[in-house]
Amino acid sequence: MTDWPILSVVTFLPLVGALFILVVRGDDEVAARNARWVALWTTLVTFVVSLLLLTGFDPAAPGFQFVEKTAWLGDLAAYHMGVDGISLPFVILTTFLMPFCILASWESVNKRVKEYMIAFLVLETLMIGTFSALDLVLFYFFFEGGLIPMFLIIGVWGGQRRVYAAFKFFLYTLAGSVLMMLAIMAMYWQAGTTDVPTLLTHGFPSGMQTWLWLAFFASFAVKMPMWPVHTWLPDAHVEAPTAGSVILAGVLLKMGGYGFLRYSLPMFPEASHYFAPLVFTLSVVAIIYTSLVALVQEDIKKLIAYSSIAHMGFVTMGIFAMNEQGLQGAMFLMISHGFVSGALFLCVGVIYDRLHTREIAAYGGLVHRMPLYATVLMIFTMANVGLPGTSGFVGEFLTMLAAFERNTWIAFFAATGVILSAGYALWLYLRVIFGPLEKEKLKTMMDLSPREIVIMVPLVILTILFGVWPAPILNMTSHAVNAVVARTDSVAGAVKTALLLSF
Amino acid sequence: MTQLLPPIGAILPELVLAISAIVLILIGAVRGEGSANLVTGLAIAVLAAVGVLVLLQPAVEVTAFNGSLVVDAYGRFMKLLAVLGAVVSLIMAVDWQAREKQAKFEYAVLIVIATLGMCMLISAGDLIALYLGLELMSLSLYVVASINRDSVRSTEAGMKYFVLGALSSGMLLYGASFIYGFTGSVNFLQIATVAKEPSFGLILGIVFLLAGLCFKVSAVPFHMWTPDVYEGAPTPVTAFFASAPKVAAMAIFVRVVIEAFPHVTHQWQQIVAFVSLASMVLGAFAAIGQRNIKRLLAYSSIGHMGFALVGLAAGTAEGVRGVLLYMTIYVMMTLGTFACVLTMRRKGQAVETIEDLAGLARRNPLMALALGALMFSLAGIPPLAGFLAKYYVFVAAIQAGLYGLAVVGVLASVVGAFYYLRVVKIMYFDEPVDAFDPMPTELKAVLAVSGLFTIFYFVYPAPLIEAAGAAARSLF
Repeated sequence: MTDWPILSVVTFLPLVGALFILVVRGDDEVAARNARWVALWTTLVTFVVSLLLLTGFDPAAPGFQFVEKTAWLGDLAAYHMGVDGISLPFVILTTFLMPFCILASWESVNKRVKEYMIAFLVLETLMIGTFSALDLVLFYFFFEGGLIPMFLIIGVWGGQRRVYAAFKFFLYTLAGSVLMMLAIMAMYWQAGTTDVPTLLTHGFPSGMQTWLWLAFFASFAVKMPMWPVHTWLPDAHVEAPTAGSVILAGVLLKMGGYGFLRYSLPMFPEASHYFAPLVFTLSVVAIIYTSLVALVQEDIKKLIAYSSIAHMGFVTMGIFAMNEQGLQGAMFLMISHGFVSGALFLCVGVIYDRLHTREIAAYGGLVHRMPLYATVLMIFTMANVGLPGTSGFVGEFLTMLAAFERNTWIAFFAATGVILSAGYALWLYLRVIFGPLEKEKLKTMMDLSPREIVIMVPLVILTILFGVWPAPILNMTSHAVNAVVARTDSVAGAVKTALLLSF
Repeated sequence: MTQLLPPIGAILPELVLAISAIVLILIGAVRGEGSANLVTGLAIAVLAAVGVLVLLQPAVEVTAFNGSLVVDAYGRFMKLLAVLGAVVSLIMAVDWQAREKQAKFEYAVLIVIATLGMCMLISAGDLIALYLGLELMSLSLYVVASINRDSVRSTEAGMKYFVLGALSSGMLLYGASFIYGFTGSVNFLQIATVAKEPSFGLILGIVFLLAGLCFKVSAVPFHMWTPDVYEGAPTPVTAFFASAPKVAAMAIFVRVVIEAFPHVTHQWQQIVAFVSLASMVLGAFAAIGQRNIKRLLAYSSIGHMGFALVGLAAGTAEGVRGVLLYMTIYVMMTLGTFACVLTMRRKGQAVETIEDLAGLARRNPLMALALGALMFSLAGIPPLAGFLAKYYVFVAAIQAGLYGLAVVGVLASVVGAFYYLRVVKIMYFDEPVDAFDPMPTELKAVLAVSGLFTIFYFVYPAPLIEAAGAAARSLF
């Protein structure tokens, strides 16, 4: 172990880059170019430093690692950071995706570049902080703080209906989160602390657990997003710039799942058992309903957004199966979805930058002009469908296995979602890539540029690598996940469940 | 027991204020119209000196005039805050007076007198001193509201404020007479020893007393004057109204209920909880339709007083600490916001609608950044200071078991976030309109301090929290 605060460095390094961009002056062109390079280097260095976390991490050790603790808000909260097998993958995912976001915005963002890069770097700090905070108040700081840069990213650099989308995103998420804030306060008075490791073993009274669980659920369900509070996501995705969509789908959505795993399950195990049928129901509805909605979409980004909601349905289903397969599967699916959906949005960005439309009908026959692009998109589409051999398969399979153990019907309905996802994803691929190349504008489309190839190659490699060799992620998470499973199992016998879907 | 001479050290700030007010009037009267700048400068120096005097007072509780004035940690904290509000809003008035050709020496003198009233009000230990301080403050405020005597809007604002203010003073006195009648004392501590049981007369007295105080903090349902006065009064005056008098009125509100009625907590708690709830909800919903930034800030301040009262509704030391922190952060944010409103001038003409801020992020990025941070902070989004303010009042409310109030409060803050976001939207998302006139240095300084405080307060929040905690404990 190193003795310097490596986790804080990873968290706040992007802020240093943002400050640097803020103070550098110059005329617009030069300032924009500087901002791009500084942002790229900052995110790359952050990623490299975060790899030190990976090498120094011992997956078999119990509890949290790289722990830092200093006094902060007096008696109310401390600055307490640390990672374990559940949070580390998300930290790495965040630092990994950020350079791609910067690269993806290299040419497509050309107004107010400085502010754009600052917003992204601030967002990175807040995202990493969300995953590594070990104090509920600190967590809330990072969790909610992320709304500000994202609001600006959607609102300033977004599409036609960006104002509507930005407001909807902000207010939906805020409304969910403020209730969690009250729950955090109630927990503080009940347990006397907001320190996460202490609270993980605290054991709240069952009656209180119900309310606390509901308050946390309000926040995470919106963030996830679960049906029926998902409607902000398609709007936000469609209007956000490409990099914004990547971060939204890749990292921000994972905060909900992370929250369930880190807080809801181990802190309120009885309430989690009680409400599991409710979550199953909502998950299955989300999987089937949003898949059907995705089928009829005419906007590529909207289609992928709905498919994200469906995949998050698998995640919540896996989490609330509360067995090892379910939690492992949910973790794996979130990580895999993190870079697969991110990659899909990047792919949409590639053709959007050329044609400035996201309408499916405007494309067709791209394979003739863009063979490389067609190959890359195919790999990610297959991963999104969950084809064996891609990373998307492992997580979906595990979560369904887990659901099968809990309730056959849940697994049955969820499995229909797999078929539907193959339907909408392949149909999308067919309409965009295959067919005759008839439209005039498409005939001059250029294939992937070197910059775009640099972006795509690592993502392709990871998608296939984790598809055939999922062990690195599963090993990293297994210890922490098993601790959560053991915690929920310890109360399993004593809990009645809410009577929903208890066939 | 009875001292012939009060301890001079304890009332030194008030003495300095009173004597300087008289001296400043004389200077103004002798030197005539041209003395405005001199008097304003001296008034700023006096107020700053008073701030230092308050800061230097020893940290012990002293009473003067047979308990009529109490100087304790709580009073010092609030006085410092009120003086800060007064001095900063006076500094912000300098440029405005020059541009609007409204240089009147009376303005600075009235601010000094109002500050004297506030200090007395904050230190009041009995109902008489309370009323004296309140009226000294209010009468000065009525006059400064209509300081621009050739403007219909300004005089109308002063008139409205006066009529409604007089009504509220009447109610307050009526309530005070009931309390005196049923407890036999005007001193807060002695009232507390008698008022052990809620009786009808006592409750009636509390209701009227609190009604009068609610008017001064502009809490619903006694808020009607706020939007009109905010809009009508000259902008520097509005900045003053929004900061210092609110602090003083809130200070005495807290002191009266905590010191005089600790045994009938349940009775006044209901009133405070209702007023707080109504203020938060009305402040959130009514501001949505506002286009004039001063009216918008008026409704915003109504909402914020509601949030501050959440802490008082808890009725605990934690709750009072929350109120103190809330008021501190609120004053810092408000002064910064008004520095921006004062900057909103085009070709020498003041503009007041929020659409005038369109595209500010491109015309003046730093000002937009600061105002944007202030708006997010007023909405209560972490990591900005406004979030911590809300956090501390709500954490006290949860401790006291006021779950309903807390849930409605946070949901009201979500509704309120909408109109703050709209200001951000106009500055950042909309196409720019013409630039504002250059910002005077003193406004830049105020905005910079306020903006930096708002953004970076979370880095090292401990000293202020500890000071507020110590101040709150001195009341119990």
